[in-house]
Amino acid sequence: MRQRLLPSPLMSAALLALWLALARSTSMGQILLGLILALVAPWLTSRLRPTRVRVRHPLVIARFILRVGHDVLVSNFEVALGVVFWRFRRPQSKFVVLPLELKDPLGLAALSMVTTVVPGTVWSELALDRSALLLHVWDVSDEQEFITRFKARYEAPLREIFE
Amino acid sequence: MSPFLYWSIRFALGCYALASVLVLHRLIRGPRAQDRVFALDLLYFHAMLVMLVLGIRNQSDVYFEGALLIALFGFVSSLAMAKFILRGEVIE
Amino acid sequence: MSEVPFWVEVVVAALLVLSGLFVLISALGFLRLQDFFLRMHPPALAYTFGSWCVTLAGILYFSMLSERLTLHPWLIIIMLSMTVPVTTVLLARVALFRRRVAGEPNTPPVLTRPDDS
Repeated sequence: MRQRLLPSPLMSAALLALWLALARSTSMGQILLGLILALVAPWLTSRLRPTRVRVRHPLVIARFILRVGHDVLVSNFEVALGVVFWRFRRPQSKFVVLPLELKDPLGLAALSMVTTVVPGTVWSELALDRSALLLHVWDVSDEQEFITRFKARYEAPLREIFE
Repeated sequence: MSPFLYWSIRFALGCYALASVLVLHRLIRGPRAQDRVFALDLLYFHAMLVMLVLGIRNQSDVYFEGALLIALFGFVSSLAMAKFILRGEVIE
Repeated sequence: MSEVPFWVEVVVAALLVLSGLFVLISALGFLRLQDFFLRMHPPALAYTFGSWCVTLAGILYFSMLSERLTLHPWLIIIMLSMTVPVTTVLLARVALFRRRVAGEPNTPPVLTRPDDS
């Protein structure tokens, strides 16, 4: 019964918060309208989401988000300096093929978000059997070191969260 | 509003305008369709930033909705164009 | 027009100037770099740091102006972090596909399993 009424409680909570933030009020009527949206929309779209999302290790998720934010800031300044001093120093940018152990589709989606949000890397292609990933990297001098650092920094926590 | 904030808003708006001109140059020059789609996406994004800064300048909350709408339209349109130049079909 | 404390104006001004500079640098890089995949890196600057600075400035300014916490500008950051990867990944796929079809140099081959290559 709980499954039927609330197929994904997290999504319902997010929709309610979205509605209240957009309406910019917490009056009774807005809460009621938001509740209707939060109950009906996940129920109508539950067929579009074949895999259920389960949140495990909230501490790991929080640490991962902080780490990504930190990396975004650092690599922002790297790329900005690289563009400004383009005339004097060319960054060694190239395609890197990464072997992947992460197989979960949601984990891969999260990984693609991370790689595109961090300015130094661009997610280019995923092998059909999800065994390898093609990344374009802004500045990489030691390919092997980059791969081990990437796997330890992003792939390991994602595997912990999603697998 | 102090002149300090006034001029920094001016500066930010000028930066966005100049950046849009640079991106427009890339849109015209190409060389290939994917560059043009990316340039259009960036132009949408700059318009969204301009809306947000204008909201701060006029101390009005209404610009926020406009910014959100511009971002959503930009997302949908660049997605459709990218899909179109991938196969020549938007919906398969 | 209502007023906010001076330190708030200073912080908001600094954030706006930073965002303007980063957006300008990203557009400069987008115009200047030669290769399409190289050109995909600088716009991420504007998408992340440029928009974060503006939304943080908005949160701070409107919170102080209305004297209660206004968090709706967060929606911009959250929405951008969901939509931008989709466009970027699709455009990267498009670029790879079209370059392979056109036979341009410096395009990596299709990924295959390591054991059958």
